Amino acid sequence: MSELTLTVMRLGFLAVLWLFVIVAVQVIRSDLFGTRVTQRGSRREAARPQQAARQAAPPQQRQQSGGGRQRRNAPTKLVVTEGTLTGTTVALQSQTITLGRAHDSTIVLDDDYASSRHARIYPDRDGQWIVEDLGSTNGTYLDRTRLTTPTPIPLGAPIRIGKTVIELRK
Amino acid sequence: MSATNPSTHHTSTIGAIGAPSRRNTELALLVFAVAIPVFAYANVGLAINGQVPTGLMGYGIGLGLLAAVGHLVVRKLAPYADPLLLPLATLLNGLGLVFIWRLDQSERLQQLAERQYGVFSPSAPNQLMYSAAGIALFVAVLFVLKDHRILQRYTYISMVAALVLLLLPLVPGLGANVFGAKIWISVGGFSIQPGEFAKIILAVFFSGYLMVKRDALALASRRFMGLYLPRGRDLGPIITIWAVSLLILIFENDLGTSLLFFGMFVIMLYVATERTSWIVIGLLMSAAGAVGVASFASHVQARVDAWLDPFACYDTSNACQQIGQSIMSFGSGGVLGTGLGQGNSDLIGFAANSDFIFATVGEELGLAGVMAFLLLYALIIERGVRTALAARDPFGKLFAVGLSGAFALQIFVVAGGVMGLIPLTGMTMPFLAAGGSSVIANWALIGILIRISDTARRPAPTPASNPDAEMTQVVRP
Repeated sequence: MSELTLTVMRLGFLAVLWLFVIVAVQVIRSDLFGTRVTQRGSRREAARPQQAARQAAPPQQRQQSGGGRQRRNAPTKLVVTEGTLTGTTVALQSQTITLGRAHDSTIVLDDDYASSRHARIYPDRDGQWIVEDLGSTNGTYLDRTRLTTPTPIPLGAPIRIGKTVIELRK
Repeated sequence: MSATNPSTHHTSTIGAIGAPSRRNTELALLVFAVAIPVFAYANVGLAINGQVPTGLMGYGIGLGLLAAVGHLVVRKLAPYADPLLLPLATLLNGLGLVFIWRLDQSERLQQLAERQYGVFSPSAPNQLMYSAAGIALFVAVLFVLKDHRILQRYTYISMVAALVLLLLPLVPGLGANVFGAKIWISVGGFSIQPGEFAKIILAVFFSGYLMVKRDALALASRRFMGLYLPRGRDLGPIITIWAVSLLILIFENDLGTSLLFFGMFVIMLYVATERTSWIVIGLLMSAAGAVGVASFASHVQARVDAWLDPFACYDTSNACQQIGQSIMSFGSGGVLGTGLGQGNSDLIGFAANSDFIFATVGEELGLAGVMAFLLLYALIIERGVRTALAARDPFGKLFAVGLSGAFALQIFVVAGGVMGLIPLTGMTMPFLAAGGSSVIANWALIGILIRISDTARRPAPTPASNPDAEMTQVVRP
């Protein structure tokens, strides 16, 4: 075998070995769990996985421009005001927001007093946002009252789950 | 998701984590992982004999079949498992086979074997058989172990089983003394290293035990000089494990096994309690134990001498000569290596294809190759720890950390020993080195990690939408 062939094979093998390592690292990179933000409507964008698994805040908090039924005083975002996730905001865009310790919740609560599927917040037909306790152990409180039925959320009213407090804001 | 708003302008869905199963990624990586060893095999043949080896087709098909079986079983039984574990293990196993076959071609080693045993038998076919057995055990693990939490029930049974396995080599008539270390047993012509299997079983015991006791071990402590010191009575478990690992060191003369078990326990204790003090205590205890034993056990003493200065006793001691040859192989490899099949790592002689196989990597692939191999191992460990992070149950978390920790320690102990960083111990590089027990046990370990990662990454079922709740009229105050 000529010296040249062997040298090429030697370097080629190292290159292939490192290529495998790099491909594996790329797979890890694309494999990070995260919240998937899918854009629909006028502009379709490919699903873009986000890195942060916990902070489920979308990169852009675009307000809903259209919508005849959109009321003047409708809240546009949900803000965490107390607890470990303080400062997290989630844009309200007419889909259910789930809260709980389960890692697939929209807002993952890292709180011993929260159940894995603790509560959900969703809009009713009129666009009024409703909070519903999903049979949690320690309960969900709107202001000071423990929720027993799905209840509409007034703007700025604190919803307390364990140590976490969230409210709806314009 | 109830879309009540008719407006479709810029509606973005913040969906739950839709973890895809990623089986096709795994398949693509597997094809790559089979192609690389086939290339290496052809390369070795061209370098040694000047022609493509005749067994190339058979070897490629064999490795491909093993990988295909593994992949299909994962696709069927653990569809959400981590996509990297199986390809990484396959690649390491395949390259290990190539290196063993390459050392089989060495005339020096053939003559050495003929002088010592009267007959030379190649190791590569045996290793291929062991790899097949390993894949079979991998498949069996995935079939039998539908949920890793079942193992939690066998916490104390696994403690007894692991102790029995660890003590088996000491049973007269069963244990085999191979060059000083008594970590093998021979059953019907086969020699088995029970310690390799004991590491998995011990991980079951440690995680089951620590899951129950971790609050007591973590919370009851006093603060002293920035460290949380545990209460005296909470030191019981760590002292017991320490004593057992010292007993292994003294009676089985094996530093590696004892370091592996004690280290694994300390890692799991740290992960379970989040107290740095356990690591400090563990390091102090293992240092004290190692120094104490090394000062009066002659077998350990010889290895320490070989580690401190292999060239001082190069001509007199076989252990020193092996380490010296190994260090010289790494040195002569340089940055890019001499090329597959063109090194002289067979000068190491005895155990060149088992304990010292990493020296062949160092010489023929150089620093670049050694780093790539260490990264491949590091990726397996990273995926194991990642699995532990993603796992939802504490038992699974501890179990995955324990298994990856044991894997990491084993690589550190072997690679460190061969490179002269720590005294050499009789352990094998997982998947790479010749040796049935190691390959089979490590495939079982990968199988368990795949099972845990499948459970961890499986998307949770969406909460059943209650039709009554949707229909219920909301009464406004």
